[in-house]
Amino acid sequence: MCPREIVVNEHKLDPILRSDRLPHIWCPGCGLGPAMACFANAIQESGIPVDEHVCVSGIGCTGRVAGYLNVDSFHTTHGRAIPFATGLKLSNPDLHVTVFSGDGDLFAIGGNHMLHAARRNVDLTVICVNNFNYGMTGGQLGPTTPYAAKTTTTPYGNPDGPLNIPHLAAALGAVFVARWTVLHVRQLQKAIAFALQKKGFTFVEVLSPCPIGFGRPNDLGDGLEEMSFYRRQSVVDDQAPLDSLEIDMSKDSTLVLGNFVDRERPVYQPMGTEPPAHRDRSVIYQPADPEVKAREAL
Amino acid sequence: MSENEEDRHVLTGRHFMNGDTACAEGAMAAGCSFFGGYPITPSTEIAERLARRLPEVGGVYIQMEDELASIASVLGASWTGARSMTATSGPGFSLMQENIGLGAITETPCVIVNVQRGGPSTGLPTLVSQADMMQARWGSHGDYPAVAYCPASCQEMFELTVLAFNTADLLRTPVLVMADEAIGHMTERVVIPDKSAIEHVARKRPHASAMDGQLPYESDGSMVPPMPRAGRGYRIHVTGLTHDERGYPATDAATHDKLVRRLAGKLTHFAPEIIKVEEVQLEDAEVVLVAYGSTSRSARHALTMLREEGLPVGMLRLITAWPFPGDRIAQLAERGCQFVVPELNLGQMALEVERNAHQSITRLNHAGGITMSPEQIAEAVRETMSCAREKSWSMSIS
Repeated sequence: MCPREIVVNEHKLDPILRSDRLPHIWCPGCGLGPAMACFANAIQESGIPVDEHVCVSGIGCTGRVAGYLNVDSFHTTHGRAIPFATGLKLSNPDLHVTVFSGDGDLFAIGGNHMLHAARRNVDLTVICVNNFNYGMTGGQLGPTTPYAAKTTTTPYGNPDGPLNIPHLAAALGAVFVARWTVLHVRQLQKAIAFALQKKGFTFVEVLSPCPIGFGRPNDLGDGLEEMSFYRRQSVVDDQAPLDSLEIDMSKDSTLVLGNFVDRERPVYQPMGTEPPAHRDRSVIYQPADPEVKAREAL
Repeated sequence: MSENEEDRHVLTGRHFMNGDTACAEGAMAAGCSFFGGYPITPSTEIAERLARRLPEVGGVYIQMEDELASIASVLGASWTGARSMTATSGPGFSLMQENIGLGAITETPCVIVNVQRGGPSTGLPTLVSQADMMQARWGSHGDYPAVAYCPASCQEMFELTVLAFNTADLLRTPVLVMADEAIGHMTERVVIPDKSAIEHVARKRPHASAMDGQLPYESDGSMVPPMPRAGRGYRIHVTGLTHDERGYPATDAATHDKLVRRLAGKLTHFAPEIIKVEEVQLEDAEVVLVAYGSTSRSARHALTMLREEGLPVGMLRLITAWPFPGDRIAQLAERGCQFVVPELNLGQMALEVERNAHQSITRLNHAGGITMSPEQIAEAVRETMSCAREKSWSMSIS
């Protein structure tokens, strides 16, 4: 068969992408392209007018997503995307604000903001691309780097344990928590579209290959090979215990995916002159076993 | 908006008010509708006042998790079209520096109040100092325009906060109110005028509903591009990276030099409009006190004492520390004036005075913790007058 140039004059995502900024800066085999495409598709699927969408990013490879999306987009400082987004959302509640950033930006330098935005249940969607390392700076240890993994700053193997991100997000009070990989584009897009439509602090973790920074030193092969690894080793289990979701990334380890949490909590409203209308009853202790009370009385 | 709600923005009348409270009322009068903050002595009363006041007018008060988050939320809110602010003191001001730079490069107007206390580090949480003045100018990395007002009374806490919002919108950049603990915590008369008497500089907006061919960071010759609002269909991209006139990242030397020169150039361009000083008996002065904030109150008292002794002393009070009135200092130096600069730091604004005067000056310094007494300042002036002119004097108060 003769090689043939394929010319595509238009694409259904053209209105959502800044085509004058493409091609993007990401490495061959990087998962950020499909992750961004899933988000762009989800914006269209969500039914929310594109002009109401705002994307806020922090710093890093994933931080560059905001610059490629043709919505009002803000590429802020390292770790501060969530509080910047909080200011936008609270000052104009009509906006649909999504924070699209990386694991290091959101959970290391920006971890405190994740904690408090989720606690308040600010109406934001946070998409966290987890590539297990700091890619932009050339493959250093991040907060999700698996135990014993090699990076340029853990040449003898990572002595830290990784954060279990969905477990943390759920514990902090996120009303929707999901994890997918960039191989699972249908499920990922659906999860993001759901998160965009759901009120409150919604969170989607996206596992993504970083063949240059993380794949190479950890024998995961190129981008395609890591995608094969995702296909081979993934298990979809929405009911998986949240504390079992830690990621190891060793050849025979399991990647648990799914939409783990979907619940209701009162959405953050800025303080008015009247006391808040309702409080979150789901967090108040109620003994499952009525005998607990009796024991306590003794 | 009902007339009643309107009234709650501006508390017209005579008040006996704490400086921090007056600052908060200045923000209300200026139409501030978003405060993101974190409590820190001696600025906390600003947050407390706005927590009560903003909900009365449908504004947003949010206590963020730290000062990093506070300033980030303030920048975000500004892009919705809101006038937004935060208030802090030294340690919090240090934490805010990175995003003050983001505000400068993305041209995001907002107001940051620093009620100065003794530093470095935790220093003197409850006691006065003026040691963040150079940080106000150079605190964030890179070259950027810095505007800083120095209130010297509760009345000025009100007035200069209003002015800070106007200057922020005029230049499209973060503006600082560099108060100090003595001013923040003193209580005196504050007169709040009618709403109609409060000046309001409108933020420059794009003409059309879409950018209409106009590039978001194209400065149309005025140094300040019009600022779109998020959610209005402009599809803007705003980045802390060096960017071209489309707002797109362009990290090359030529674009960087052009952008940074325009940003920094705002200060030179608008300096004649922004610089504010109060001149006290400078006409025949041979010695000029250059003072600001709480120290200028002691300097004013010293000046009266010295005039009674028949000594030709005047005062140049800095209302804007940045931009600095260097030309006025140069004029006075040319006339043969000597300068005495009392300040509650080890000589910060004194550097600017010396640099512009091209001569040695007398510095009167204390690291902070106590306001300077008029007698100490008067003595520094007397010594300056009796000493050989080529000698530089640096005095410490114990």
